[in-house]
Amino acid sequence: MKFVLNGASTDVMAHPMSRLLDVLREECGLTGTKEGCGEGECGACTVLVNGEPVCSCLIPVAQVESADVVTIEGLGDDHPLQHLFMNEIGAQCGICTPGMIMAAIALGPSPTLDDVKIALAGNLCRCTGYSAIYRAVLKWREMSDVNVSASATR
Amino acid sequence: MPAVGTSVARKDGIGKATGSALYADDITFPGMIHGRTIRSTIPRGRVKSIRFDFDTDGFTIVDWHDIVGRNSVDLIEKDQPFLVESEVRHMAEPILLLAHEDRERLNAAHVEIEYEEETPLFDPEQSTVVFKKIDIMKGNPAGALASADLVVEGTYRTGHQEHVYIEPNGVIAVPEDVDGKKGVAIFGSVQCPFYVIKALRCLFGAHPPIRVIQTETGGGFGGKEEYPSMIAGHAAMLALKSGRPVKIIYDRAEDMIATTKRHPAIVRHRTGVTRDGHIVAMDIDVLMDGGAYVTLSPVVLSRGCIHAAGPYRCDNVNIRGRTVFTNTPPNGAFRGFGAPQTEFAVEVQMERIAEALGIDSVEVRRINALRPGDTTATGQKLREDTSALMVLDEAVRRTDFLRKREGYRGTNRALGLSLFYHGAGFTGSGELSLKSKARLDLTPTGVRIATGSTEIGQGTRTTHAQIVSDSLGIPYEDVEVAQPDTARVADSGPTVASRTCMVVGKILEECAHEMKERLNGLSPAEYHTRHGAFSVERMYAPPDWIKWDDATYRGDAYATYGWGCDVAEIEVDPDTFEVRPLKLTAVQEFGRPIHPALAQGQIEGGTAQGLGYALLERVVMRNGAMANAQLTNYTIPTTLDMPELDVVMLENPYPGGPFGAKGLGELPMDGPAPAVVNALRWLGFDVREIPATPELIAGCTATA
Repeated sequence: MKFVLNGASTDVMAHPMSRLLDVLREECGLTGTKEGCGEGECGACTVLVNGEPVCSCLIPVAQVESADVVTIEGLGDDHPLQHLFMNEIGAQCGICTPGMIMAAIALGPSPTLDDVKIALAGNLCRCTGYSAIYRAVLKWREMSDVNVSASATR
Repeated sequence: MPAVGTSVARKDGIGKATGSALYADDITFPGMIHGRTIRSTIPRGRVKSIRFDFDTDGFTIVDWHDIVGRNSVDLIEKDQPFLVESEVRHMAEPILLLAHEDRERLNAAHVEIEYEEETPLFDPEQSTVVFKKIDIMKGNPAGALASADLVVEGTYRTGHQEHVYIEPNGVIAVPEDVDGKKGVAIFGSVQCPFYVIKALRCLFGAHPPIRVIQTETGGGFGGKEEYPSMIAGHAAMLALKSGRPVKIIYDRAEDMIATTKRHPAIVRHRTGVTRDGHIVAMDIDVLMDGGAYVTLSPVVLSRGCIHAAGPYRCDNVNIRGRTVFTNTPPNGAFRGFGAPQTEFAVEVQMERIAEALGIDSVEVRRINALRPGDTTATGQKLREDTSALMVLDEAVRRTDFLRKREGYRGTNRALGLSLFYHGAGFTGSGELSLKSKARLDLTPTGVRIATGSTEIGQGTRTTHAQIVSDSLGIPYEDVEVAQPDTARVADSGPTVASRTCMVVGKILEECAHEMKERLNGLSPAEYHTRHGAFSVERMYAPPDWIKWDDATYRGDAYATYGWGCDVAEIEVDPDTFEVRPLKLTAVQEFGRPIHPALAQGQIEGGTAQGLGYALLERVVMRNGAMANAQLTNYTIPTTLDMPELDVVMLENPYPGGPFGAKGLGELPMDGPAPAVVNALRWLGFDVREIPATPELIAGCTATA
C-alpha cells in the first residue's frame, strides 16, 4: 500500500482493511495520533487526508492509497499552533491535543469563533471546557493572517 | 521576577502538542505481549465452569489460583478480589486473564463460562448491606423543626457519571531483575502510583520488588485513582507468569462498562425556616449507591455528608448518610467526591425554600451564607478565609443578575444561581495520618522535585516548580520535576482531593526553605561544585489547630475551603425541551492562583464537566451494566454544547497554603448543575433530578 505520509512516499505492508490509525501507530511508528474511542466520536485520532481532517480509526488503509496523509508529526515540533496550545493551556492532559491541532490546522483564514467551534465539534476535550483551545486557535489565525497580509504587501 | 502568580511556561514541554509525549499505549518493550481481561456477563451468581474454546498454545492464562499473596485490592477494605474465585458480584467483574503476542488471536479467543445465577439487587433503597454510615449532629434539629415557621421538604436525585478521560485506562507490566530478585515495573496511566504499590504488595506478598512509573496520563478526574491498581495487578500477574512485558489497554467500551463512576445519590431535605428567611433547622438524609465492593465509598460519603448542608449557617443540623451495596460495578472517586451530589440537592432546596417563602433566592442565600466566625455542621469555626458572601455578591453584580432575570420573564430564557464550597485536602485527620513526604534534590544545575504527585493535565509539574523557584530564590528554569517512579521519589500521597498544590506544594515550600538555609547564599550550581549533591525531604504537618473526632464527626473537617458562585444563563426549546446554556459565569475564590492560566483552565474544565453532569451525561443501566458504554450515546459536552464561560478568580489567601493557595481542582464541579436546574425552575419546570434531559424536563410539573 503506497501513500504519501508527511510529505514522504511510504509503502506499508498491511491488510487493506487495517485501520489507518493502527497502520500509522504500529507500522509507521507514529504514535502522536491517539485512540480515544475507536468509533469516530472523540476525534483524538484526527489526521489530514488530502487536506481534510478525518478520524483515522474509521478509515481502512486501503482508502488512502496514493493519498496525501499528514499526521501531527508532519507539523514538526516548532509550529506556532503547537506552542500556542501549550502556552494558552489549550492542552491540559494533552491526549486530545494532536487531533485537535490537526482539526484546527485545516481552518481557513480569518475564522470567527463560531467557525472554530464548528471545525472542532468532532473533537472531544474533557479537561479544558474548550475556551483555552479557542484562544489558542484564534491567536494562531490572527498571527498567520497578519503574516499573510505582511507578505502580500511586500 | 517571581514565578508564583504569573502564567510561566509550563514544565510539560512541547511534547503534548507535537505528539512526542508518551502515553501508556505509545510505549513498547522488546518481547512485549498483550493482555486481555475475561469478565463476568451476569450481575450476580457463581462460576460453575470455565471452558477454553480456542487453541491455548502460545497463550498465558492466569486465574485466581495463580495468586501467591492475597486476592484483594488493598484499599480501605480488602473485599474486592483481583480475580473472581467463585462468587460474581457485578457485571464485567474480572475472572480470567489471557495474554498473547498476536492481538488478533488474543481478541478472537473465546472463553465459555457457565454460571449459577442468583437474583441481583440493583435498588440502593432496598439494600440492607451498608458499607458506611455517618451521623452528623449539631444542636437540636428535631426541636427546631417543630418550632419553625415553615418546613420545606424535598427529595433530589443524581445519576452516575462517567469520567471520560480521553485516554482510556492502560498499563504495561515489565519483568525486571532487581539485585537478583525477580521483580516487576509497572508503567501506566495512574493518578496514585503508591496506591498501586500498596495493592500489589498485598497481591504478591512482600517478595517481588515492585515499582510504579507514571506515564504521561490522558486525564484522570478521579477515574485513575483506584482502578489502575486492579489493572496493574492483572498485568503484573501475566508478566510474572509469562516472563515477558505485558500491555493491557482498555478500549472505550471496556473502560466505561468495567471501571468506576460517580456514585448515584438520593438526598432528602427537611429544612425549617423563619418567615424572614433564616434557616433554623436542617435534616438531611444522604443515600449513595456504592456498587458491589467498598472501594472508596466510605470517604466519598464522608465528603458528601460534610458538604450536604451547603455553605450556610444553621445551629440545628442532622445529616445522616449511608452508602450501600448493589450488584453493579463499584462506584468510586470522581472530581468533587460526593459533594456535587449533595451540593446539588441543597442548592435546589434553597431555591425551593425561597419560592415557598416568597423571598428572592439571592436574598435567602445572603441571609444564611456562612461568614467568618460561623460554625459548620461539624462544628468547625470558620476563619477569615471564608468567602461565601464575597463570591455571591460579585456574581450577582457582575451578571446584573436580578435585573436580567426579571427581564427574561415571559421568555424561554432564564438565569439560575448556585452558591457552593469545597473543602481542600483530605478530610479531618486524614492529612495527619497520610504522613505525606516530598523531596528536593540538589543537581549540578539547580534542583529537582521528587514527589509521587502526578501531572494529569492540571499543572502539577508547573505549580510545584513555581513554588520551589520562589521559595528557594532561584530561576524557575533551574527547577526540574522528576517523573514519578516509586523507586525514586518520595510518597507525597495520592493526587486527589484538591491537595496537590496546597498540601504537597506546602511541603515543597518547606523543603525549599530548608535547602536555602543549607546553601547559605550559594546558588545550587555553586554549592554542588564545592560540596556535591544533597537532598532535603520533609513530611507534611497539618496546621496544629485542626481537631477532628472521627467517631462523632465533630471538628475541623478541612483546613480551608474554596468558595464559588455560578450563574447559568439558559434557553429552553419550548417544543423539544432541549436546554441550551448560553453563558456561565463562575466566580470562585481559592486562596491565590499560583498559575492564573492553569487555574482558569481548572475552572473552565470543571465547569464543562458540571454542565455535562447537569444536562447530558446519563448512564443507562440495564441488568446491572452500563447499556450506553460508548461515546455515541453517552455524550459529554462538545464545542457546540458549551456556552460562553466567564471566569472570575477572587483572592482570599489561606495562611497554611503555599503563597496563600487553597485547593482548586474539585470546586468548579459543584456549581453548574444546581445553577442550571435553578434556571429551569425559574422557567417553571420543577426539576429535582440530574441529568435534566429533555425527557425528564418534559415530565416535570410546573413550579408555580
